[in-house]
Amino acid sequence: MKRTPLRPGPTSTRFTRALGVATILGLGWLAVFGLLISPDDVLQGSYARLLYVHVPSAWLAYLAFGVTGLASAAYLWPRTRSLQWDRIAGASAEVGVLFMAITLVSGSLWGKVTWGTYWTWDSRLTTTAFLFVTYIGYLAVRDLGGSHDQRARRSGVLALLALLEVPLVHFSVKWWRPLHQSETIERGGLKGLMLFSFFVGMVTFTLLYVWLVMHRQRLIALNDIVDDRGLDRALAERRNEVES
Amino acid sequence: MLSVWAISRLVAGKDLRVEWRSRVVSNQVVPFAALMMVMFAFALDSDTVLKRVAPGLVWLAAMFSLLVIVQRAFAVETADGALDALRVAGVRSAGIFLGKALALAAQLAVLELILLGAAIVLYNTHIVGSGIALLVCTYLTATVGLSFVGTLYGGLAAGAKGRETLLPLLMLPVAAPVLIGATRATEAALGTAGATTSDGWPWIGLLALFAVAFGVGGTLAFGSLIDE
Amino acid sequence: MEPVVELVDVVAVLGAFPALAGATLTVARSEIVLLRGPNGAGKTSLLRLCAGLLAVERGTATVLGVDLVRDRTAVRPRVGLLGHSNGLYADLTVADNVRFWGATVGASTDEVQAAMGRMGLTDRLADVSVSKLSAGQRRRTALACLIARRAELWLLDEPHAGLDAAGRDELDTTLRAAAAAGATVIVASHELERAGSLATRVVQVVGGQVR
Repeated sequence: MKRTPLRPGPTSTRFTRALGVATILGLGWLAVFGLLISPDDVLQGSYARLLYVHVPSAWLAYLAFGVTGLASAAYLWPRTRSLQWDRIAGASAEVGVLFMAITLVSGSLWGKVTWGTYWTWDSRLTTTAFLFVTYIGYLAVRDLGGSHDQRARRSGVLALLALLEVPLVHFSVKWWRPLHQSETIERGGLKGLMLFSFFVGMVTFTLLYVWLVMHRQRLIALNDIVDDRGLDRALAERRNEVES
Repeated sequence: MLSVWAISRLVAGKDLRVEWRSRVVSNQVVPFAALMMVMFAFALDSDTVLKRVAPGLVWLAAMFSLLVIVQRAFAVETADGALDALRVAGVRSAGIFLGKALALAAQLAVLELILLGAAIVLYNTHIVGSGIALLVCTYLTATVGLSFVGTLYGGLAAGAKGRETLLPLLMLPVAAPVLIGATRATEAALGTAGATTSDGWPWIGLLALFAVAFGVGGTLAFGSLIDE
Repeated sequence: MEPVVELVDVVAVLGAFPALAGATLTVARSEIVLLRGPNGAGKTSLLRLCAGLLAVERGTATVLGVDLVRDRTAVRPRVGLLGHSNGLYADLTVADNVRFWGATVGASTDEVQAAMGRMGLTDRLADVSVSKLSAGQRRRTALACLIARRAELWLLDEPHAGLDAAGRDELDTTLRAAAAAGATVIVASHELERAGSLATRVVQVVGGQVR
């Protein structure tokens, strides 16, 4: 496999800086609106504000895992094989795990307040928890060492198996506990300013995801360069010690 | 070159012969499983509760025993570099996967029967005639599915340092649907808590799907997971 | 005739360490090549690379006509590697092991018997569990497995270790017979006496390179 030449440098470019600014503005708006301006919900009072964080986080987490799966497939498919896909898969999984944790925690808090329990065994929640644990395992496997190709192959296979798992887990839990509380806030119930801010939240979080993944995968690329350079240095050292 | 099927038969035969000679599963893992059933009784401390949850305990004990059996199955390979040698021999990895899964399934099946026996003795479980077909199907599909998953992730976790501890983390979440499905179907077969056999058959569908998905997935993926 | 092994400037890594730092080696059919060198020089890595177990990081490598850079798994069925471990199943008997490894290439019962015979694993030893054998007997069993697998290239890592004088002579005779029958043998060893009696050629491996 060809070694893609990588130019080391700062991980930010004009594009990511613009992206970063847009994201900060979006998050600022979300904070101001979510905490101050938006009205209390009729049923849930102030706690509904948690949803401004919870729902976008969940969306982001699933997006991240979808991207990891696709990128893994792209690496494993011989015609499109490139370590770039592996780096994207790894970066996306890390961001995904982070937002999965935020989703689970915010959802748990919201559940405690509205339904009275931190946890309920409905299929969506349990599948989410399952994915969380699976991707922690995925990240552990990425750290096992070996060449970059081995890392990519092993974790790529794991990611695809996890994707295969998701419907199985979803349906088994759904059949197991068929009676579960449905969402009490439907999209249709949000109007005007609330709906607009909700939308802003989704877009902002997506921008945040892209920004994080771009930076993280560039960092991975830099680490890989360090590994390769390290090899060159180690080679030179080894040859020198023989000469002397 | 030998066909994948011939290789699987060869590898399965070898694995079972190793177990026959060393008796590790029969002398160490089976007592461990039986011990677990006893410990559950200590922890749960109520005959009615135990009878109610017996199906779940049987499958829990089966899954934890699976972890141990899988570790053993791959320790046999890595002890004297045999897995390396299998790779050097160019033996097709799909064959290794299916062979080891087959041997694992055989050992697991015997273990599960013993666990069911323990439940009958310790938890006062009764087998209902009308539920026997469902019970047998549950056992078959769940065992096959667990064997595929165990072999796949066992292969990944085998060999290099620090990987043995990864096996439970990787395998248990993935095997969760089998735990859910097998337990529910067993409850239906035994008539526990008012479940009837008709409740159980949809779960067999799920278990069968799981087995097929991981059979195919494992056959394709095993090679890349064990290769260095 | 086409060389059996052709390595040009090969770099191979173990983690971050360059086990092979630009190794060049050519071996022709029926040669017995002795790799000499201190511990850590890269002899084992060189053997494992030729067996298709270690990936080629840089350089070109062709073994038995197979390009190791493109597909190193293809060379594996035709190669026999005997490393520090023997690749045996300790709980099985000698006969079980040789039969198993022979079966991976479809060897007949006669071939398996012949292989055991050539290594002096008589009826008495054949049914002994490997865990009860001495180091030398295990080594012989591993070689019998190699023969049963009809390996064309024999890669042996310190095969004489743990053998007494008689055992070593027996091993040498076996290797010479194998080479005469058309196999190619590469032996890694840091024992000086072997140089004259066994090998057709001696190469030095130092610092991941070949002299």
